[in-house]
Amino acid sequence: MKRLLLILSLAIGLGAGAVRADVAPEVLKGLASEDFDAKQGAVAALAEAGDADAARLLKALSDDAVAVAGDKLVIVAGEQVLDAANGKQLKPAPASPDSISLNNSLRQQVDGALAALRLLSIDKAERLAAAKALLADMGDGAALLPLFDKALKQEQDGDIKPILVQLQAQASLASPDAALRLQAVQTLGQSSSPAVKALLLPLIEKQGDTFAEPDEKVRLAAQTAIKAIDGRLVWSDMAGQVFTGISLGSILLLAALGLAITYGVMGVINMAHGELLMVGAYSAYAMQALFRSRFPDFVDYYVVAAVPVAFFVAAAVGMLMERTVIRHLYGRPLETLLATWGLSLVLIQAARLLFGAQNVEVANPAWMSGGVQLAENLSLPWNRLVIVAFSGFVLLVVWLLMNKTRLGMFVRAVTQNRPMAGCVGVPTARIDTLAFGIGSGIAGLGGVALSQIANVGPDMGQGYIVDSFMVVVLGGVGQLAGAVWAALGLGVVTKFLEGWAGAVIAKILVLVFIIIFIQKRPQGLFALKGRFVD
Amino acid sequence: MRTPVSVKLVAGLGPRGWLAVAAVFVAAWVLVPLAHLMLPESHPLHISTYAITLIGKILCYAVVAVAMDLIWGFGGILSLGHGLFFALGGYSFGMYLMRQIGRDGSYGADIPDFMVFLDWKELPWYWSGTDSFLWCLLLAVAVPGAIAWIFGYFAFRSRIKGVYFSIITQAMTYAAMLFFFRNETGFGGNNGFTDFKRILGYSITAPETRVVLFGLSVTLLLGTLILGKALIASKFGRVLTAIRDAENRVMFIGYNPLHYKLFIWTVSAMLCGLAGALYVPQVGIINPSEMSVANSIEIAIWVAVGGRGTLVGPIFGAGIVNLSKTWFTTSFPEYWLFFLGLLFILVTLYLPEGVAGLWAKIKARRAEKAALAAARAEAAAVPAAPRTPAAPDSKIPNGTAAKGA
Repeated sequence: MKRLLLILSLAIGLGAGAVRADVAPEVLKGLASEDFDAKQGAVAALAEAGDADAARLLKALSDDAVAVAGDKLVIVAGEQVLDAANGKQLKPAPASPDSISLNNSLRQQVDGALAALRLLSIDKAERLAAAKALLADMGDGAALLPLFDKALKQEQDGDIKPILVQLQAQASLASPDAALRLQAVQTLGQSSSPAVKALLLPLIEKQGDTFAEPDEKVRLAAQTAIKAIDGRLVWSDMAGQVFTGISLGSILLLAALGLAITYGVMGVINMAHGELLMVGAYSAYAMQALFRSRFPDFVDYYVVAAVPVAFFVAAAVGMLMERTVIRHLYGRPLETLLATWGLSLVLIQAARLLFGAQNVEVANPAWMSGGVQLAENLSLPWNRLVIVAFSGFVLLVVWLLMNKTRLGMFVRAVTQNRPMAGCVGVPTARIDTLAFGIGSGIAGLGGVALSQIANVGPDMGQGYIVDSFMVVVLGGVGQLAGAVWAALGLGVVTKFLEGWAGAVIAKILVLVFIIIFIQKRPQGLFALKGRFVD
Repeated sequence: MRTPVSVKLVAGLGPRGWLAVAAVFVAAWVLVPLAHLMLPESHPLHISTYAITLIGKILCYAVVAVAMDLIWGFGGILSLGHGLFFALGGYSFGMYLMRQIGRDGSYGADIPDFMVFLDWKELPWYWSGTDSFLWCLLLAVAVPGAIAWIFGYFAFRSRIKGVYFSIITQAMTYAAMLFFFRNETGFGGNNGFTDFKRILGYSITAPETRVVLFGLSVTLLLGTLILGKALIASKFGRVLTAIRDAENRVMFIGYNPLHYKLFIWTVSAMLCGLAGALYVPQVGIINPSEMSVANSIEIAIWVAVGGRGTLVGPIFGAGIVNLSKTWFTTSFPEYWLFFLGLLFILVTLYLPEGVAGLWAKIKARRAEKAALAAARAEAAAVPAAPRTPAAPDSKIPNGTAAKGA
């Protein structure tokens, strides 16, 4: 293979062996000529030469600083005029240099060649950057092929080498030599990037009656390679969708956990639950502002401070709501629904007056931006990872609270049988207030999480009430396990449906599914066992 | 056992009721057209186009409120999906209005402008026949009715009730709104239908057309009221209120609540569809925001303000809320949501019977005072006579409140 490449590059005329101190006169002549094809050939030769003189000349070309002066090609650098062949200053400066023109494709080629030359740089970071840039957009690959060969021969670094191999293979795809193309296709088949697949796809397509790729062996190889890439892509695609689904599910879980508690304990739907999310998100916004003005050194940790603040602010708002309104409507769940809707309107308008009707900007702290790159097409953003972990943590705390504390026992007792709990001395009225406070506080936590991935505005909570109630309906009332399964399941299913049918249809399908589901199981997935009749 | 107050209130329309209906009917078809068309604008009794449109719109809302009262006040089922039925009726009739535009649209094409925009060449199948007025009117009733029937059948059959049912209807409305927001659905997407030109060949903005539409709205409202009263006064109505108050007991006696609920639910949806059909030509636009969650909940507050289980009350509720909305959104737009929110809270907390209940309470208190005065006078006249027990039970309406909630 190497030999083949060498022969090929020699065949072009100015092989790697032909590197000299000065730029070859044929090249200079080509550049000076009026014919763009000749210029193109000359640029290719420069790229191939890849020495300091060639680099200088290419740079000058890209800066439009190359000119013809008499029979000489010169580089105009301010006052000085340099000889294009060796960079020596010309004295006296020749009169009236006539600058040479480039067309678009030529300019692209020059830029590509410059980028490729950076592959030979001493600085490792620069080489890596250049390789990545070329991977994203190579332009005319065939002309750069000799340079890639050269770079690959010199390269020692383990990070850059695979990229160079891929670059070389990509460039060879356009080669007229079928054996070279075959080799390239086989190399590319080991990649797992969607971009490579896009490169290979044209090879097996038909143009009119003939295949774009004349050689059958290459076509077959391309087919196998695409299949192999697809196989690898499928898994990372699936993993990516499952992850976004889980991330959506964890938000739903945070929104629904609180609702499940309040609905379970009191049997009322709090339509202002979404607005408690909003309260939590605005708490995060307020903490951000506070940290920015007071503790600019710790601004990255405002989220940590926002968590307890949001919990207590939302819990306070919730308890206030319970004390002033909801308490007086016990036994009238439908009216509670209307009254809490009224509360939600008041909260929205209050947020508008306090913070303005526009969305506010809540920035991700530095440690939450970026992501973990697991595969070419699978990167998990840190903010979503943190949110998934956070909702797991909240779930754990709620579980401990509900199952290991006296308060939790009381809450469960009231959920299961309010009059009996009252009879054995559970202070049901106080439990109601506390449970409502806890549920609202969890919604506030959900708001902090939401502020990291979604827009924060007065209306942000409105969309969540239906979704989170769906989670409660699916999971069954007062069931932590049910809420978890329902939230994650809904999240993942929604994301898969979105990929398949688009966001709106996915939403409709999920709602239709839930409506059908509660036909079969009106008590949800995890129903409390018992015999109740009203 | 106490007779539910609702039945007492609506024991038929009675001669005074019919007289009132006739008076309103005449006023709508004779006095209002005269005041709008004949009197000069400077005349103090002149009714402006703005007023006619506004009142016509509120009348359509009032029909929805009465329909909502039938299902919520008497059936105990809080629907958060009535906005959907209203909008479906509007869209059905809107299709006819779109077809009436003909080639007068901006693109001068045979198909509505938004379809030209989507690069469609012909009408989709569900638009066939929409150039017929009667077919669209039928659609406006049948489409909400059919959807309500199917949805209600499955929901009531599995005995979904209370807040569950409310939220499921809300989810249905939400899904429908998302569906109608899509351009590919073929109903104009975000912008919906607008720029209507004609109805049955008459210009839609002509004063005469407006007056006729206004009269029709009044007629529909009166018809809804008469139908509602008749339904409630019948045996059907008695069973329905019984289901509202104690569904299980009614089942144990041998009634199947499914049929009763399903019937009133479907009738209510069809009435909403008709109201929507009348609403669209008067307002001149229909778009998916009519199906928003907030709109459907607002319908419930009209009924709550007016008084549940009173049929007439919701008409006033719709009027009060919408007039204040008009006033607030022009004078203090930033406080409208506060007002509406507080209305929701205060009415449910302190006025569970709504305006109608307040009126009944005031009347009862007056009667009580009169009875007390009479008793005193009697006691003064005959000192030895025993005390008359306090007259009417002021708590009567609570029967509705506690169970209907």
